[in-house]
Amino acid sequence: MTRYGLLIDTEWCSGCHTCEIACQMEHKLPVGQTGILVNEIGPWEICDGKWQLSYLPALTSQCNGCAERVGKGKLPTCVQHCQARCLEHGPVEELAKKMDGPNKVLFTI
Amino acid sequence: MGDKDYKFVEHEKPWRYQEDGYTVTRGSAWTGPGCHLGCGVLLYTDEDGKLVKVEGDPENPYNGGRLCVRCLDLPEVTNHPDRLLYPMKRAREDRGKDKWERISWDEAVDLVAGKLIEIRDKYGAESVVFGQGTGRDIASWITRLAWSYGSPNYTCFALSGLACYLPRVAGMAATCGGYTIADCSQQFPDRYDNPNWRRPELMVVWGNYPLRANSDGFYGHWMIDLLRQGMKFIMIDPRVTWLGLKAEEHLQLRPGTDAALALGMMNVIINEDLYDHEFVEKWTYGFEELCERVQEYPPSKVAEITWVPEEQIIRAARLIATSKPAAMQWGLAVDMVCEALPAGQAIVGLFQITGNIDIPGGNIFPVELIAYSGGWGGELISEEQKAKRIGLDTYPLLKLGFQVAQADELIKTMETDEPYKIHGVWLQTNNAIACMGADPQRVLKALLRTDFNVVVDLFMTPTAMACADVVLPACTYPEKDGLRLGDGLQRGEVINKVTTVGEAKSDAEINLTIGKRLNPEAWPWDTIEDMLSYMIESTGMTFPEMREKAPVYLPFEYKRYEKGLLRADGQPGFNTATGRIELWSTFYDACGLDPMPYFEEPSPGPGATPELMEEYPFVLTTGARRWSSFHSEHRQVKRLRRMDPWPYIEVHPETAEKLGVTDGEWVWVENPLGRAKRTIKITPIVDPRVVSCDHGWWLPERDPENLYDVFDVNINNLVPMKCGKSGFGANYKTSICKIYKVKEGE
Repeated sequence: MTRYGLLIDTEWCSGCHTCEIACQMEHKLPVGQTGILVNEIGPWEICDGKWQLSYLPALTSQCNGCAERVGKGKLPTCVQHCQARCLEHGPVEELAKKMDGPNKVLFTI
Repeated sequence: MGDKDYKFVEHEKPWRYQEDGYTVTRGSAWTGPGCHLGCGVLLYTDEDGKLVKVEGDPENPYNGGRLCVRCLDLPEVTNHPDRLLYPMKRAREDRGKDKWERISWDEAVDLVAGKLIEIRDKYGAESVVFGQGTGRDIASWITRLAWSYGSPNYTCFALSGLACYLPRVAGMAATCGGYTIADCSQQFPDRYDNPNWRRPELMVVWGNYPLRANSDGFYGHWMIDLLRQGMKFIMIDPRVTWLGLKAEEHLQLRPGTDAALALGMMNVIINEDLYDHEFVEKWTYGFEELCERVQEYPPSKVAEITWVPEEQIIRAARLIATSKPAAMQWGLAVDMVCEALPAGQAIVGLFQITGNIDIPGGNIFPVELIAYSGGWGGELISEEQKAKRIGLDTYPLLKLGFQVAQADELIKTMETDEPYKIHGVWLQTNNAIACMGADPQRVLKALLRTDFNVVVDLFMTPTAMACADVVLPACTYPEKDGLRLGDGLQRGEVINKVTTVGEAKSDAEINLTIGKRLNPEAWPWDTIEDMLSYMIESTGMTFPEMREKAPVYLPFEYKRYEKGLLRADGQPGFNTATGRIELWSTFYDACGLDPMPYFEEPSPGPGATPELMEEYPFVLTTGARRWSSFHSEHRQVKRLRRMDPWPYIEVHPETAEKLGVTDGEWVWVENPLGRAKRTIKITPIVDPRVVSCDHGWWLPERDPENLYDVFDVNINNLVPMKCGKSGFGANYKTSICKIYKVKEGE
């Protein structure tokens, strides 16, 4: 069976929380629960104008990869709505081939 | 169909279709709740007609299927238990008390129209003020209501210096005959693939965090699309941000010094001979005078004023001058200083002298179906009534095309009854004492002096609770038919009704209904659909026809100034007195204002009032935007409130240490005018000398009769009602303050 995953280009995640709310509304989750959570890493100044400030969306155990949507030929809701277009869904093997730049994260679903 | 060369998007499905037991309706997301944009959405309703889900419309080139948290969570706004569901009235002596009585729409219309007609008969129509806030699709409906009633006093109510968008629009109309916006290919249905478009080499983002909030029809995450395509950018922002860290240059300026910074950069561009000679000679007026003026702003001096290093000012200026095309995306930080007009003039001047106006990838003149900033129905009001507009005598700039009453003067009028008494106020999408009103306690006192106040809104607000005699329930966008005719570049975009909540009506329908009673000839339409069709008559399409086709892209050309397309007389050039972009403004000169840009130290502040800095050691900036809300809206929506539960003040770790405060701790922020409560957010993103607050706070869960604690948490307690010399601009974004802990029980 093909395993699917979510490829996250953290270089471009703006921390807008769209994925979280899209997920919660799609799956009718109560306030405070989510299938994906955006984590802020930073901010701190490393040295002279160089900073650490990035966002890492992480899947939770409530993510089912939007199986129902994907079955109908749609994108998972977090991927469709991602404002920075930094999420990509697909078979893990195909996504793994795209792990070519810095700061990319591949979550298996 | 009309004979114009419209362009369309291919739709796979009709505007309404069925999917797995849901009805899906395509349309535009324009308000309420407020927003300046108008993304393409798919609205999902269940078999009971309840809105259950909102998705981005992948076919709409504007947002391309993307959406932000506020639209995604819309079902929890539209179906919120606290929505105003029916009209209510309250005795005048019970203002401020939670003593509302439900009434029918028939009674509400009789009461409101009857009272307004009575006031008009007794005191004249000018004695009723029609005030709007921002973001909802109000401008057309409220201007028509005011003018058809006969009142010239339409305004952004209690917004000192009309300090949001209008200073930039007014300034650009005055100096170059129209407003320009960054060219991100939004005028083309094929967007970034359009062969006539060029990606800006450089974008300058000035006083705006576009990812969170924008006007100008600028979808913020286009920034990221463009950066991924290789665009460079410069960020002008007092704070370090995620986006700013991706910039070639982040100029971390002292709040309120934008004009000095722009003049300093112009100094470099002119003195290093980096400007566009051909464009300047052929299409601008007053360049020599500008050359002299910028000599007063050498980069070394500007560095001292702005706190931006001299070398960085020079680097950024050279980068602007050597990048072509260069575009500029600005925000209301430009408007929210007293001397907003010269600030805007200086900033936009950078792109004018470098020849980046009306070219692909530069700053373009947006095409419009309905002139957004002009209002709708200016012909309905008599010259005699027009002349009574508040502020005209004090601020002559208002005479020349901008049909608003001046907000600061209006408050004075409401307090003093000079030159006449204000008897009634109609507020629509305007939560003045929680949001745009400066010195809100003064604003409330002024509101309480009237005979009759009507508030039209989605929820009970502190403003409605404090002062309304009648509240009328307005609906959210899935509850109405409408058009997205907002700021920025317009497309033919249709809003489609999919659900009904209580007895709420659209703002358009409310104003049509009341307007028919106040002036039937001005509101001849039987239905909203007829009215909307009339508005888009020039397209040759009716509302139902446009609904099938939307989004409809209007014809667009670059370099319209060369082709005689910007002026009514058909001559080449810009729509100004000289036909040129006026770097030396004949318009400002005629109004007795300095015709050229300048910088004036914001007061109070370290430059203007050094003697106050010992007691109030921090430069305060306010109005930082959040993802989770639009101005004072969304505070009662739990899923969104959870993201930003409390009003905050950002302080640098060194500042926090000096003050002995910890993260999340409640403090008072105070200046000579007033104080407000905030929670501490310790972060290195602000300069140790600067503190930064968000805005628009009230606490819907608190006591309505204490006005939801609005006067505890509204940061505008510290913002005076005091505008710039032109009547435009006010210091919302820059003041000074001290910070101390909230004591127990406070």
